[in-house]
Amino acid sequence: MTTEAGTAGSRALARQRRRRSAVRFWRAYRTHGAGLLGLGALALFTLVALTAPLTVGSDVAGVTDAPGRPLQAPSGEFPLGTDQFGRNLLGLVVWGSRVSLLVGLLAAVLSVAIGAVVGITAGHFKGAYATVLMRITDWFLVMPTLVLAIALATVMSRSLGTVVLAIGVTSWPTTARLVRAQTLTVESRPYIERAKALGGGHWHVMTRHVLPNVTPLILAQTTLMISSSVLAEATLAFLGLGDPTVISWGGLLQDAREAGAVSAGDWWYLVPPGIAIALVALAFTLCGRAVESVLNPRLEVAR
Amino acid sequence: MTLLEVRDLTVTYPGGAAAVRGVDLSLEAGRKLGVAGESGCGKSTLALALLRLLPAGTEVGGEVLLDGEDVLAMRWGRVRAVRWAGASIVFQGAMHSLNPVHRVGDQIAEPILLHGGATPAAARTRTGELLEQVGLPALRGRAYPHELSGGQRQRVMIAMALACDPRLVIADEPTTALDVMIQAQILRLIERLVSEQELGLIMISHDLAVLADTCDRLALMYAGRVIEEGPARAVYENALHPYGRSLSAAFPRIGDPASRFAPRGLAGDPPDPSDLPSGCTFHPRCPQALDVCATQEQTLRESGQGRRAACVHVGSSVPPPAGPAQDVRSST
Amino acid sequence: MTTPPPLLSARGLHVTFPGRHGSPPARAVDGVELDIGTGEIVALVGESGCGKTTLARSLLGLVPPTSGSVHFAGKPLAYSSRALKAYRKRVQLVLQDPSGSLNPRHTVYDAVAEGLRIHRHGGDEPAAVAEALSRAGLRPPERFFLRYPHELSGGQRQRVVIAGALVLQPELIVADEPVASLDASVRGEILALLLRLRTELGLSALVVTHDLGLAWNVADRVAVMYLGRIVETGTVEQVLTAPRHPYTQALLSVLPEAPGEPVVLTGEPPDPSRIPSGCRFHARCQVLASGEAERAGIAERCRTQDLEVLRGGDETQVACHWARTRVST
Repeated sequence: MTTEAGTAGSRALARQRRRRSAVRFWRAYRTHGAGLLGLGALALFTLVALTAPLTVGSDVAGVTDAPGRPLQAPSGEFPLGTDQFGRNLLGLVVWGSRVSLLVGLLAAVLSVAIGAVVGITAGHFKGAYATVLMRITDWFLVMPTLVLAIALATVMSRSLGTVVLAIGVTSWPTTARLVRAQTLTVESRPYIERAKALGGGHWHVMTRHVLPNVTPLILAQTTLMISSSVLAEATLAFLGLGDPTVISWGGLLQDAREAGAVSAGDWWYLVPPGIAIALVALAFTLCGRAVESVLNPRLEVAR
Repeated sequence: MTLLEVRDLTVTYPGGAAAVRGVDLSLEAGRKLGVAGESGCGKSTLALALLRLLPAGTEVGGEVLLDGEDVLAMRWGRVRAVRWAGASIVFQGAMHSLNPVHRVGDQIAEPILLHGGATPAAARTRTGELLEQVGLPALRGRAYPHELSGGQRQRVMIAMALACDPRLVIADEPTTALDVMIQAQILRLIERLVSEQELGLIMISHDLAVLADTCDRLALMYAGRVIEEGPARAVYENALHPYGRSLSAAFPRIGDPASRFAPRGLAGDPPDPSDLPSGCTFHPRCPQALDVCATQEQTLRESGQGRRAACVHVGSSVPPPAGPAQDVRSST
Repeated sequence: MTTPPPLLSARGLHVTFPGRHGSPPARAVDGVELDIGTGEIVALVGESGCGKTTLARSLLGLVPPTSGSVHFAGKPLAYSSRALKAYRKRVQLVLQDPSGSLNPRHTVYDAVAEGLRIHRHGGDEPAAVAEALSRAGLRPPERFFLRYPHELSGGQRQRVVIAGALVLQPELIVADEPVASLDASVRGEILALLLRLRTELGLSALVVTHDLGLAWNVADRVAVMYLGRIVETGTVEQVLTAPRHPYTQALLSVLPEAPGEPVVLTGEPPDPSRIPSGCRFHARCQVLASGEAERAGIAERCRTQDLEVLRGGDETQVACHWARTRVST
């Protein structure tokens, strides 16, 4: 038998195994009603965000030829009314979903990536390296994340990249602690000793053994982190630290506040972006919980 | 009156696994009964069923007569009174059955305080007595479980089991995780206590040799049924059921040239209670299976001298083929 | 007649673990010489705390010795990561608990192929995995490729672990309590497998166990360990039917079917950070306690004079003052 047939064989097996795992995962996930609800909501939001260029187009944000009069109440022509510049608020909310979701996703991925690397390496290498790393983690943990994010955003230029960085760099400690604890648990199992006895080095143990066992935790953390990142982005934009050139839900809230919508009672300006933020956060949380409960029992199958 | 009489006990877990499928046992005070079997045979379930300690949702049928009273039909208050004061259990995995944040003395005193309404001082005195009885100095009661060795923790578990002067003690794998020497010490201790206090003892183990040495009678379980029963030595040295023979052969006698470089065992695995073979549940692994074994379940048949076995070859006029248990060298 | 050199040997091996919070260091392995020849199965028996697990792991290179050395195929072990990795292809480990030894998220295929992947095996991976699984008795091997450990029975899991060790084609396997967690009826098959591997592949083995019956079933030689030293060694027939060290005699006497009166030693094995002076067994020795040592005139020696480390070869040896007096009379 040639080597190509051999590697093709093992690749085919790996594909088969992954397909079967995916099917099993989906079957288990399907049983969680709340998770399906969250997933459905997310699918809807993603669809809205992706098709936004087709449905509303970027000129919905144009201030110069705004279609309506400023701060019009909801009507047949403008289902959610207009903002202070006369722009269609429904279009703005749809357009703003792109930025909010994107920033939320990127920030969460950054945060979880930093947390996972710190957690796994601290749990694996232990010793002085881990002590130093965990003290840094503790320092970040006790700092109020919002204050730190605000400080970062003020110091750096105001752009989406800054927002992503500010959120990502301040919210990784929780993940790091959780991942480190799980790494320590995994590494005390006999199969780690077996891997070392087979000749596995640090990289092998961390990627082939620790990482698969830590991935469910990371996935669950990611989904939960996205929801808090969306909220954090909204907060930063609301405080005026977001990118002024893009439309986001938090930005809309800030505009609403500045336009005096609160005292004027223009609820259509405040409520829709707020509800959208809450719904996305909720949807991600529901998904995250469902993912956690599907993946966790299978981790510790003790028969 | 018999101390314990079990009649047609059946236990089915939620989900359909039939862990115990009709077991009859009896035990007199001062006597020791060994229940032997491997994983999945139902022996631990049997132990828990005797005191109604199985999880909610488990269906339990039959009768468990402790001094004439049916434990399974008792009211809740009576069951709690019987637990520990009538019969107690030394649990499997005793190392982990102790609460790590309480001192062992307090844990021994716990049932005393719960049952007798004794004063704390009286409980402390009794705890000291119990510790001395199991060979530990009374001061050891102040220690936490992690400060004790495996053998010492097992002794604490035994002291706890004796705390309320039960008439029956059920020991579930009391020496499994222990070294040979500590095991011998614990077994000696159990034997001494049983004879001193005229207790009834049911000892559950997978180690047939240990049971043969310690107990008077031996009941061998497989797939939820008792498939052989009789005087311990006789069942161990000369089992009638093919399963009993293979199980004895699995633990070789040192010095016996027949077992030198000849490990004996059975092909296949012990059956899963939720998926039992038809007919005689042992037939897929039996070296002496006949066609009828696949379709007909066997009941215990008398075979003289107080021995019974559930095998088609027992009690029939045709003697069973006199081969040793299947020699796995020649298989797969 | 020159005997062939041993495949694996420990020379003057000491492994000491530093004590916690100022307690004295624990001398887990306190001077051991042990040889394992090609195609030989050696049983290392003793109670928990005697150091047999530590000795096995230092023979594998998993625990570096405090002093002394481990030699494989005549050459001392180098502890650089590259040298150790190459060593792993020749000496493999089978652990006690098969459910813990397998990563629950890896399929049987992944578990067996792990060794091949670590060592960048160039050839046909599925074929090598299939062959290892068949050799370990799981047939047809393809049926097991995509199964997970929790779907297998205890005996099957242990076979997967053994297959994972075999796939690298080692010359020696260290098995730490290979059948302790398995059902009695399944033990025989796994032990028979070890014997078959010896016949078919010439595989040597060091079996660490507390079960003397296991040694009787599969081992050629046995070494009895107590508190970090080997106290008696020799062929299984010799040591298990005619033991000379009081500790070995006591261990054998408490087995359920042993003839004569069981000698139940009192107390627990002392811990390795407080090894008694003189003969390390004297505090529990039944010969000393019964006065027989006095009568033989060596009681003082038992209390004060430590015995030397036994040689690793296959001759019958015993580290006991009293046993030696009996030989010379």
